[in-house]
Amino acid sequence: MTSATVLAAAGQVSGGEEVTFWILAPLALLGAVGMVWARNAVHSALWLVLTMLCLGVFYVLQAGPFIGMVQIIVYTGAIMMLFLFVLMLVGRDASDSLIETLRGQRVAAVVLGLGFAGLVGSGLYRALDGVPAAGLDEANAEGNVQGIARLLFTKYVFAFELTSALLITAAVGAMVLAHVERRKADRMDQIATMKARFRPGNYPGPKPGPGVYATSSSVATPARLPDGRLTDRSIPEILPVRELTAEETAPKGTDK
Amino acid sequence: MNLYLAAQDPTLADFGKDPWWLVLGKILFAFVVAVAATLLGVWFERRVVGRMAVRPGPNQAGPFGLLQTLADGVKLAFKEDILPRKADKVVYFFAPVISVVCAVTALSVIPFGPMVSIFGHRTPLQVTDVSVAVLVVLAFSSLAVYGIVLGGWASGSTYPLLGGLRSAAQLVSYEVTMGLSVVAVFMTAGTMSTSGIVAAQGDGTRLSIGGFEVAAPGWYAILLLPSFIMFFIAIVGETNRAPFDLPEAESELVAGFQTEYSSLKFALFMLSEYVAMVTMSAFTVTLFLGGWHAPWPITIWSGANEGWWPMLWFFGKVILLVFVFVWLRGTLPRLRYDQFMRFGWKVLLPLNLVWIMVLAGLRSIEDWQARDRLLVTAVGAGVLLLVTLFWPSRKKELKQSPQEQADSRPYGSFPLPPMDLQVPPSPRTKRVLAEREPANVVAGPDSREV
Repeated sequence: MTSATVLAAAGQVSGGEEVTFWILAPLALLGAVGMVWARNAVHSALWLVLTMLCLGVFYVLQAGPFIGMVQIIVYTGAIMMLFLFVLMLVGRDASDSLIETLRGQRVAAVVLGLGFAGLVGSGLYRALDGVPAAGLDEANAEGNVQGIARLLFTKYVFAFELTSALLITAAVGAMVLAHVERRKADRMDQIATMKARFRPGNYPGPKPGPGVYATSSSVATPARLPDGRLTDRSIPEILPVRELTAEETAPKGTDK
Repeated sequence: MNLYLAAQDPTLADFGKDPWWLVLGKILFAFVVAVAATLLGVWFERRVVGRMAVRPGPNQAGPFGLLQTLADGVKLAFKEDILPRKADKVVYFFAPVISVVCAVTALSVIPFGPMVSIFGHRTPLQVTDVSVAVLVVLAFSSLAVYGIVLGGWASGSTYPLLGGLRSAAQLVSYEVTMGLSVVAVFMTAGTMSTSGIVAAQGDGTRLSIGGFEVAAPGWYAILLLPSFIMFFIAIVGETNRAPFDLPEAESELVAGFQTEYSSLKFALFMLSEYVAMVTMSAFTVTLFLGGWHAPWPITIWSGANEGWWPMLWFFGKVILLVFVFVWLRGTLPRLRYDQFMRFGWKVLLPLNLVWIMVLAGLRSIEDWQARDRLLVTAVGAGVLLLVTLFWPSRKKELKQSPQEQADSRPYGSFPLPPMDLQVPPSPRTKRVLAEREPANVVAGPDSREV
């Protein structure tokens, strides 16, 4: 990597750089396309990780080792990991539904995307048109990390601080919105819990377990009271009480 | 400053000049180190934990049980490779591979030793080095967690998924601490290349005490002690080792992310865990414990840091750190998940930030006049003293006597025994031998016998 960095800094494209580019560029594109086309949300995220890794290596190739590594650590390491975290919480079978809820959404998305790309491209072109390139040699003269640090903390320090303030505000805002405050007064102490337990109308003993029969030992099977009735208290609240039909209680033919 | 910085300390310019066979040889060496570390590491851990639990540990296969891991590995290879029906096949296959690749690759920027001569080539004992080598290790350690998270998700069952989720949250939390601890090293060493950091720790400033030339310690473990401690805690969390092994917590999640894995894929996960442990130990040695530089009493011998000897010091330190890992596992119970998260975000992170602020302050007044420096330090210490003195402490509650406490309880509280209760002596304190009638053993016509 060192030699590649040095060579790239010299302003010519070396053989190794070219080979790396032609291997990784299709992979990066494949990742981008795969991200859009994958049905499964986690697969989408993984394709995006591939693209980001390739971009990180590209930065390193183009004499920006620091930004390349930061790309890998921050984007693939932290941000995509958070994405994955959320996607996993949603559930592993959460695939895209192909029913369009908004009519004409795809066409609008394509048109707007192309328009945005055009805007960014032309804006960049116009902005960089008259700027003379200083060259990597000059930019990395005192070391890549030092060069970035000098620019970041002198010329662009205001933008840098503003961005960090924005990010901190967003983070604090998210925490404030998500935070549920439980005051100490709201928490029931032991005496209050006891009183609530022995209040008239509340049965203080443990709930009966679910019914265990020869045909079923599921937690969804309610237990029977001595008089033959089924009891609701023996099953979790989210499960409805139901009597098993004869078909369900019949042997399933799984025992040979 | 650079008293020790001699020819044996490689600089960035020394890298990238090796012939291809030398590069291949170094890569092979790093890989062999990784695999051997696993084979010996598992044995070492089981033996040490065994000793700590007052039992011998594995001692049957080979001398001292050394071949136990090999036997286990061979056994694992011949086990049936089970693919759960609900598994995501591609991701399920790639997860352990990602783990192993990342753990092994991080070894490539670890300096094992100084410049040596191999078949006439002067070359550093390190596969490669870049100007941001420390970040390379951080990047690979953050990618390695993908293996665990994806393995947990792709298994298609609940416990592995929970393990994977825990691992994702754990990584994001503890990588912040890890990165911040390394910042202190960057600030002191002024470089991000591993060989540069090792070289920077070698040149301890020489102090003249009573006519003797004493080399002040250059190890960052001493100079940056808070960073070292927090970094070590963070890497224990990062490598999923006890007491932070929540992703595989066997008492809660069966085996966590690897519950559904079997055969060679399981072996790969085991491999990656132990390689990561050794890689992270080597990383800590490089950053904080002087790398391959010999520790103090050995440095009296002038040849201690030349030739192949430093490799011995390096691996000695690594084994010492691995022992600490094992020691932690043998000693500490596993943290609860919320405790673990709170510790990372509310203790380690603020402490780290404050420490970096203090360090930056100390560094910025380094060049000042001695009088100004003293003044600033005194003012800082005074402010700290005042803050600690006048920090609002929690209001002390009035001490009540037991009787007052009992009287002040609200109506409906649990009944209390009287305060002057005399506990009678336990009937079990004296063993009373009761007289027993002798059993009737006389055989007779028994009508109950059928």
